[in-house]
Amino acid sequence: MAQAQTTHAATEAPGGAHEEVGFPPFMTETFAGQLVWLTITFAALYILLSKLVLPRLSGIIEHRRETIARDLDDAATMKTRAEEAGSAYEKALSEAKSQAQSLAQQTRAQLSSESDAKRKAIEADLAERLAASEATIAAKKTEAMSHVRSIARDTTVAIVERLSGRAPNPQAVEAALDQSKV
Amino acid sequence: MASPIEQFQIKPIIPVINFTNSSLFMIGATAVIVGGLLLATRNRAVVPGRAQSVAEMLHDFVANTLTDATGREGMKFFPLVFSLFMFVLTANLLGMIPGFFTVTSHIIVTFALAMLVIGTVVIYGFAKHGTHFLGLFVPSGVPAWLLPFIVVIELISFLSRPISLSLRLFANMLAGHIALKVFAGFVVSLLAAGGALTILAPLPLLMAVALMALEFLVAALQAYVFTVLTCIYLNDALHPGH
Repeated sequence: MAQAQTTHAATEAPGGAHEEVGFPPFMTETFAGQLVWLTITFAALYILLSKLVLPRLSGIIEHRRETIARDLDDAATMKTRAEEAGSAYEKALSEAKSQAQSLAQQTRAQLSSESDAKRKAIEADLAERLAASEATIAAKKTEAMSHVRSIARDTTVAIVERLSGRAPNPQAVEAALDQSKV
Repeated sequence: MASPIEQFQIKPIIPVINFTNSSLFMIGATAVIVGGLLLATRNRAVVPGRAQSVAEMLHDFVANTLTDATGREGMKFFPLVFSLFMFVLTANLLGMIPGFFTVTSHIIVTFALAMLVIGTVVIYGFAKHGTHFLGLFVPSGVPAWLLPFIVVIELISFLSRPISLSLRLFANMLAGHIALKVFAGFVVSLLAAGGALTILAPLPLLMAVALMALEFLVAALQAYVFTVLTCIYLNDALHPGH
């Protein structure tokens, strides 16, 4: 075989006439050599790819997928956490608001009740004083009224004395007073 | 001037171990694939660079093609399918470089690859499903009187798979390279003819340029077709029932 190939190479070297060797893909004597080398190289390719290249490639792709999934998970967790913080803030805010409102209401109620009480106390005081004044007035009035008779008697006595020159009978004065008083 | 088929000649380099230009380019393709992919993925970056993106696209492309045809369980054949796709693609594209040998332009190489696929289908099919694998040739829902014909047709179609698979790739690569060489040869002949014919020389050159673009498409497309058909055949081994 090797001998045949070397002679073949020797014959084609000087002339360069290849036509007589036939159609190369159908030259069956080259098949064995091609098959051997195809087996060797394809087996080597298969082994290198399946043991070295493809694990590395799929490792890279898998790693990227995991990284992206983990990042997305992280982002989702952070989002929920942010949302929780937001709702907590809202809750705290509304609580504070309602507290402030209740405090304000309480204060208002307290103030109004206090002012009510004060007003009532003042009113009561005023009413008391009014009552006292009225009582005093009434007392003074009765007192004054009680003096009217004695004044009238004294006046009557004085007038009669001046007119007649003589003191009138006190009983007659009293009777006249009783009569006019009706 | 060399004939258009001179480029397919197997030339011995080390005759003692049958090492030829074909062997050299098989090793070259393997080295380009493994070296290129290792170089592209050396950083193992989460955010890939250009080279790593290409490597990942090749990986995902083959993985999607395989899972589309066979489902998730087909991924056990992923190293085989990826190796086949990369080998055929790289061999085809290396052959596009002027002066380089095209490994896949030899019927024995494409036939061996096709037999590897069919052999895997048959061995895995019988190992996994036993005689149930033969249900592949008996489609369900066929009237009984039609069955003999159907079984014969299915059998012939199954047996012709390695032939069609290997011939398609082989013929495409062979014809493309011959056509390129013929048109390139026209350019040289017209230039050598002198006179008015020399002026016509750019025409076949334009044709050769257009063919070159077409051949790049064919080189990638045939690698893809080979891979898709491999996936479809592997699906028969995984799910023999029609």
